[in-house]
Amino acid sequence: MIDPYKIREDFPMFVNKVSMQGHQLCWLDNASTTFKPYSVLKAVESYYTFHTSNSHRGDYDLCYDMDMKVMEVRKKIAAFINADPTEIVFTSGTTNSINLVAFGYGAKFLTKDDEILITQAEHASNVLPWFKVSEMTGCKIGYIPLDKQGRLTAESLQKVINPRVKLICIAHITNVLGYVAPLKEIAQIAHEHGALVVVDGAQSVPHIKTDVKDLDIDFLSFSGHKMLGPTGIGVLYGKFDLLSKTDPFMTGGGMNAKFDMCGDVNYLQPPLRFEAGTQNLEGIVGLGAAIDYLNSIGLENVNEHEMMLKKYCVEKLQETGAVTIYNADSPAGIVAFNVNDVFAQDAATYFNSKGIAVRSGQHCAKILIDFLHTVATVRASFYLYTTKEDIDRLVEAVKTCKEGYLNAYFN
Amino acid sequence: MPTSIEITPEIMREIIMDHVANPRHKKRSDDPSALTTHSSSVNCIDDIDVYLTFDEQDKVKDACWDGVSCSITTASSDILCDLLIGKDKEEALSIIDEYMKMIREEPYDASKLQEALAFANTSKQAARIHCATIAFDAFKQLLEEHHHE
Repeated sequence: MIDPYKIREDFPMFVNKVSMQGHQLCWLDNASTTFKPYSVLKAVESYYTFHTSNSHRGDYDLCYDMDMKVMEVRKKIAAFINADPTEIVFTSGTTNSINLVAFGYGAKFLTKDDEILITQAEHASNVLPWFKVSEMTGCKIGYIPLDKQGRLTAESLQKVINPRVKLICIAHITNVLGYVAPLKEIAQIAHEHGALVVVDGAQSVPHIKTDVKDLDIDFLSFSGHKMLGPTGIGVLYGKFDLLSKTDPFMTGGGMNAKFDMCGDVNYLQPPLRFEAGTQNLEGIVGLGAAIDYLNSIGLENVNEHEMMLKKYCVEKLQETGAVTIYNADSPAGIVAFNVNDVFAQDAATYFNSKGIAVRSGQHCAKILIDFLHTVATVRASFYLYTTKEDIDRLVEAVKTCKEGYLNAYFN
Repeated sequence: MPTSIEITPEIMREIIMDHVANPRHKKRSDDPSALTTHSSSVNCIDDIDVYLTFDEQDKVKDACWDGVSCSITTASSDILCDLLIGKDKEEALSIIDEYMKMIREEPYDASKLQEALAFANTSKQAARIHCATIAFDAFKQLLEEHHHE
């Protein structure tokens, strides 16, 4: 059982009593980004105060030590998702990781006769790169139908899979509704039909145990900043044989073994092939510290805490009789709702005036219109430091929202 | 230069709620000669189109807008249409100019703004400044594009 108040002692955003609109901050936008513990900040700072040097660039001890540190973090990340360190590529984040697969693998191997399957619940970062691949290769983009709740199921994949499908690009946990895709079954169906599964793990890796070997997925992308780490650092996991076939998205120093003036270049093996230029070294050591922190708490405990909060939040919001909830049953710490008769953005502004940070948005217009019958929703999302008190504050604000939302501008 | 026009928070609220409940100019223009532009933002949901037509005297014949919008965007867009109709290009641009000064909390001429004074407090919710100005930026662009025949 997690004690979020004890956990808050490790986070300067709470220790410093950061306020918003004159109220103590109530942070319910963890699907957007997360706060950082002191240990992460210390790791980032230590790069500049004790360990500054480039990696792969020197003949002296500081540089060697940095190489070792980068390797140590690569191993930590590999262990975190049950991969091999050679399958862990550092990127700037999920978007960068997905684009690397899209341009380095998709654009290289797909043709006009091929098809990429996505769903209507994907984040723009997992849609637009595939549109680009379609534009470049002429391949088709198909949609796996979602069920009435907006969930992706193995049965619906069975209905649309065909021999032309080469890539299935889906979120493990969707960012609006928080449904969990049955990845293991999906990967099995995909592989039986000769397709690869490319997973957006931005909302899953920080919250639930992800075992890439057990799931048998082919690529997985995630971001450091959504899991207590710094911004600007992320990861692409790829099965080693697939990474070996993938072209680098960027070329430059640190990723080639040798080249000559005739244009003959030998690229390094993965993962270094994909890490051109000086890497985000402070970000890498910061992400390492974030993973240490999450491991010390235990992801299963994080998930249990979030499920308790989800249940509590749904119950309390429903008791107000003033909301429509769109994902009461999804197994993630995300509640998508609207205050009845209040436009999502007006509600979010009202909550801001009470010091409560939530996200309003279309998130993905298509799924909202087709499945939720609304153009926008408010999203509250939780993490290991979220308390029942945070949810109580949201619920209190919901109760007065319809009558008072314009007060945000006048009080 | 602020004038002595008194507008209380209650009146401001009423003005905004009135236009949210009954926007007068929320429609697509069916005039083929209408100037039009689209305006949206990565920072909020608002996503609107605005339309502008001129009469023979080169005054604004009609101004209207349509799209997905929060209360602040809805009311501010609608009120601006009220203010623009019947004005020539120069007058219209000067109304927009004074309004933007008000939003930026600079000295402004309140006598030109009528119901748009309801948005004087927008800076209290900095994230919504864009909502209170989205139509103003769009109409300004159309007015500047328009040249006398």
